[in-house]
Amino acid sequence: MTLWTMIIKMSEGLGKTCAIFFLTLLFSLPLGMIVALLRMSKNKVISGITRFFISILRGTPLMLQLLAVTYGPYYLFGFTVSRNKLIPVVIAFAINYAAYFAEIYRGGIESIPQGQYEAAEVLGYSGFQTFMRIILPQVIKRIVPSVTNEVVTLVKDTSLAFTVSYQEMFTIGKQIANSQTSFTPFMVAGVFYFMFNAIVAWAMGRVEKRLDYYKI
Amino acid sequence: METVEKKNILEIKNVRKSFPTPDGRGATEVLRDISMQVSKGEVVSIIGPSGSGKSTLLRCATLLTDMDSGELFYNGTAAAKNDAAGKSVYSDKATLKKIRGYFGLVFQNFNLFPHYSVKKNLIDPQINVLGRTKEESEKKARELLEQMGLTNRADVYPCQLSGGQQQRVAIARALTMDPDIMFFDEPTSALDPELTGEVLKVIKQLAEMKMTMVIVTHEMAFARAVSDRVIFMDGGVIVEQGEPEEVFGNPKEERTKQFLRNYQ
Repeated sequence: MTLWTMIIKMSEGLGKTCAIFFLTLLFSLPLGMIVALLRMSKNKVISGITRFFISILRGTPLMLQLLAVTYGPYYLFGFTVSRNKLIPVVIAFAINYAAYFAEIYRGGIESIPQGQYEAAEVLGYSGFQTFMRIILPQVIKRIVPSVTNEVVTLVKDTSLAFTVSYQEMFTIGKQIANSQTSFTPFMVAGVFYFMFNAIVAWAMGRVEKRLDYYKI
Repeated sequence: METVEKKNILEIKNVRKSFPTPDGRGATEVLRDISMQVSKGEVVSIIGPSGSGKSTLLRCATLLTDMDSGELFYNGTAAAKNDAAGKSVYSDKATLKKIRGYFGLVFQNFNLFPHYSVKKNLIDPQINVLGRTKEESEKKARELLEQMGLTNRADVYPCQLSGGQQQRVAIARALTMDPDIMFFDEPTSALDPELTGEVLKVIKQLAEMKMTMVIVTHEMAFARAVSDRVIFMDGGVIVEQGEPEEVFGNPKEERTKQFLRNYQ
């Protein structure tokens, strides 16, 4: 098999790699905010339970979580989440990344000075207005670098989908490597991830720059 | 004959407030049974050493800190009243929201919203809290920026301003809400000495315009010049109060004399 054929074959899986990537971000970024707010709840039970789940999700391998969501239901209850493996894969990724994003959000929210809340309160903003108009925009600016880190990691983590044989780029590459007893597909995969992340870094850099018009 | 009733904008009755001690075992009483009224057009300065409770009193008056005991009224409407056991019970959310519209507060650290331009700092609360139109809000913002001498700074961000300018924007922001009474919590304490003058000047202007104000300050000369009444607090009580000439010129209490000596 020529290098070119390998590249073409692996490229066919890139759509699925992108699907995992974008769908994970789409669900985990907002879900993380909900988790962060639950984690910061004044209700000790709610914040305690949330903390417990975050610790499980961060304390066990994503690969294990992928296997659990994809095959767990079948072994436990005899049903499959979906014949389309993308669904359990995205569920596992989104929940896992939401746990990480939640902790980043929490750090960001807690770093906003109390005076901002007090100023908004005295002016008469409601709690919801204060959060949406005053706190959140400042939190976003503060957390962009940490979120960039997670997004870059996510690009590389999409390769874990091979464990459940989801036909994304890396899974295809691994199959070619096995059948051709060649290391080349892994090199190709490396180049793909590197280019993907170059684009991510560039895009996040733009976001950071756009938020650069003020200092906190 | 009509009687002219002196209208109290703010009335505080028998406020008590304690904070837990750092070891969590006891409590320090920061305000011990403080009462005060402020009538329309009056300028009241509160002076006293650090830890005397002046800032806590201001925070209680502006609903940022809950009183343990005591009552609080604005324009005759209760923000908090004592229950049978003498514990402060605060009014419902809607009443408190209305009451928040009666006062403005200027913080020691300005607390401008850093992600909003100067203009947006001034119009956003008008639009989102008072429901004013964009045009009305912008007109009001322009007038106040002019009054503060900041007309040409409308489009910059707070981080591009000096401390004195930031504080003047903060004063303007509080004034956009048309408060009946303005509170200042050590408005010049975070400023370089050379920047305090420009802030004190605009507060003085407000006094000349008969704005009702309560000012916690360490600027004795300013308090003496601008106030109708000076309150000296120490150890959580009002030690002495009266006209500035009385309190500064001829203090009655030994503690007041001792405090003022350090400033001369």
